Amino acid sequence: MPPIIRVENLGKKYTLRHQGEGGGRYRRFSEELLDALKRPFRSLRRAPRSPLPAACSGLPAPRSLLPAPSEEFWALRNVSFEVQQGEVLGIIGRNGAGKSTLLKVLSRITEPSEGRVTLNGRVASLLEVGTGFHPELTGRENVFLNGAILGMSRVEIRRKFDAIVAFAEVEKFLDTPVKRYSSGMYVRLAFAVAAHLEPEILIVDEVLAVGDAAFQKKCLGKMGEVASAGRTVLFVSHNLIAVEHLCVRALLLQAGTLVADGSTASVLARYSAELETVTGIPVALRADREGSGEVRAIAVDVLSPAGGRIAFRCGDPIKFAVACRGMGTALHDLAIHLGIYLPNGLKLLHLSSSGHQQIDCRKDGRWEASCVLVKNYLAPGQYHVNVAILDGNRLVDRVESAAFFEVQAADFHGNGQLFGHDWGAIFLADQIWSVSESADTAP
Amino acid sequence: MPELIIEPGRAERQYWRDLWRYRELFYILAWRDISVRYKQTAIGVAWALIQPLLTMLIMTVVFGKVAGLPSDGDAPYSLMVFAAMLPWQFFSTSLSTASQSLVSNANLISKVYFPRMIVPAASVITSFVDFLISFLILVGMMAWFHFWPDWRILTLPLFMAMAFLAAVGPGLWITAMNVKYRDFRYVIPFVVQIGLYVSPVAYSSSVIRQRFGDVAFSVYSLNPMVGVIDGFRWAILGGEARIFWPGFLLSLVFVFLLLLVGVWHFRTTERSFADII
Repeated sequence: MPPIIRVENLGKKYTLRHQGEGGGRYRRFSEELLDALKRPFRSLRRAPRSPLPAACSGLPAPRSLLPAPSEEFWALRNVSFEVQQGEVLGIIGRNGAGKSTLLKVLSRITEPSEGRVTLNGRVASLLEVGTGFHPELTGRENVFLNGAILGMSRVEIRRKFDAIVAFAEVEKFLDTPVKRYSSGMYVRLAFAVAAHLEPEILIVDEVLAVGDAAFQKKCLGKMGEVASAGRTVLFVSHNLIAVEHLCVRALLLQAGTLVADGSTASVLARYSAELETVTGIPVALRADREGSGEVRAIAVDVLSPAGGRIAFRCGDPIKFAVACRGMGTALHDLAIHLGIYLPNGLKLLHLSSSGHQQIDCRKDGRWEASCVLVKNYLAPGQYHVNVAILDGNRLVDRVESAAFFEVQAADFHGNGQLFGHDWGAIFLADQIWSVSESADTAP
Repeated sequence: MPELIIEPGRAERQYWRDLWRYRELFYILAWRDISVRYKQTAIGVAWALIQPLLTMLIMTVVFGKVAGLPSDGDAPYSLMVFAAMLPWQFFSTSLSTASQSLVSNANLISKVYFPRMIVPAASVITSFVDFLISFLILVGMMAWFHFWPDWRILTLPLFMAMAFLAAVGPGLWITAMNVKYRDFRYVIPFVVQIGLYVSPVAYSSSVIRQRFGDVAFSVYSLNPMVGVIDGFRWAILGGEARIFWPGFLLSLVFVFLLLLVGVWHFRTTERSFADII
């Protein structure tokens, strides 16, 4: 049986134009006209002056003296893969790796610059929840509008209407304009329409990053259902936990190229390795280290106590494992220190073995020390770990950014609410709230 | 199962077939624009009646009474103005909404695939509904003046189609330009304002012809609305309005020329809409 999706040498090129002052995204026609008029004079003006030594002065080169610079940028290049019917494929990669571009090409929103895609089935793409929802229209009207935009026929929508409304739990507000909906209701209705699409191929981008925890769970369940019904799903997400949960196979994109294609577990492991290559090299081979060097850290891993992972939810336990090796001298009473940092360099946590565990090291011994955070109180975000080995006050070994890990939004308090990125906090706490009525005794 | 191939330049070949396949989206977008238009308005659809009615009254007073311009034959001046207001209102609102349509639907364009021509085409339907409403005024006026049309009124749909094409051609061109150059939104109100005076809305085109001759009138007819309005008057006022057929044909040819240019420009830039909108 032929694959349902075949992608061959796909490439998408963007031309970046670096504009002068006010370099917004849209060109004004008057600007372009003015540029065209100026062009003949520009070469005249440039001749007598020598270009400023911009590199020396450290200032950006004056733009008017340079030829209109334009730069080709391949958002995708040489991407090839095949998907069989019924597969649920996860697509992961860091920001700007080309995931969204790939989805846009597959859903025909933008044309590729080279290569070829063959699709053997009806495609529905869900790059956003509630595309085309109109605030003035009622919930009922928006179901029909959104359904049509996603490619459903009117007959099809009418047939599934009751199921959609039941899924969204908005029966009472069907004839209210959606501008009066709470954001939760809005998202539920929008996802409900999308969830009732019945395409052979479903393309989903990041839509699970919305709604409360209970609804997310419902969405994940629905996605799993779609998959088990034999339909093919392409799923792009930063939510590695969802990818791990839903997908059997995954692709890893890096700077527009496909760098890994295989089982989700292996690709996620590769992704964690990629995150580490931000600084380049495995810990054991790092040369940029400080300390006297009698003992060295050779690997720093961030794990869940149950099994390997690099993404955690708020509140999950996290285990830091530091593998070390003696370099010819025996040392006693060492301490391992770990620093947990935000990407901007702010130190959040300092973990130290001193006082918890005595560590001795034979002259060429290998051992592993680990520290388990029983529960993490970290806000969603990315973190890096610095490791140091101390002998009393003497620094033996120290490696910066020895490991990376990510914490994702979760229902930390168990009350059905996600702890969100947008609250700006970096730390969570167990909390107990109470409200008591104060007797109004004032005159 | 249909096999779909995506490669550079491929969309060209499937375009017109896709346009047909996505007709349901066309209906629903048109329906959306219509139903949103009069939501949260105090007098709703009455706007579609008040606007042309007031404009017609003012023009009749200013051009018919104050300036004393002649009407077509024995037709009442206000009826002659209104026969032109119908296509003019349709044309100007179509042109305005069509040329804004892509930008105001940017969220759709960047998130879903469909032949983009659906958007400007659907936006014109709203103006068509307004047209039908103001047509009721015309019927009322004809009854008031005891002015009965003859068989020529049956040709009205043809002139209507011409007005539609006259609006769609430039509309497509400008909406596509608007995606890239946002200053085109300032062009349209200007064109519409000027157009009202260079088209024979408030006066009869025969005034121009009598004063400047046939050659000058042929140049004048390059304005597509000259042909459309003359056609409307000819069909509605019956024997009272004479039509200068060479000028009309010139208008017609020019409408199709503009349409071709509009479609061609739209199609060549369409592929990059999602990237730059």
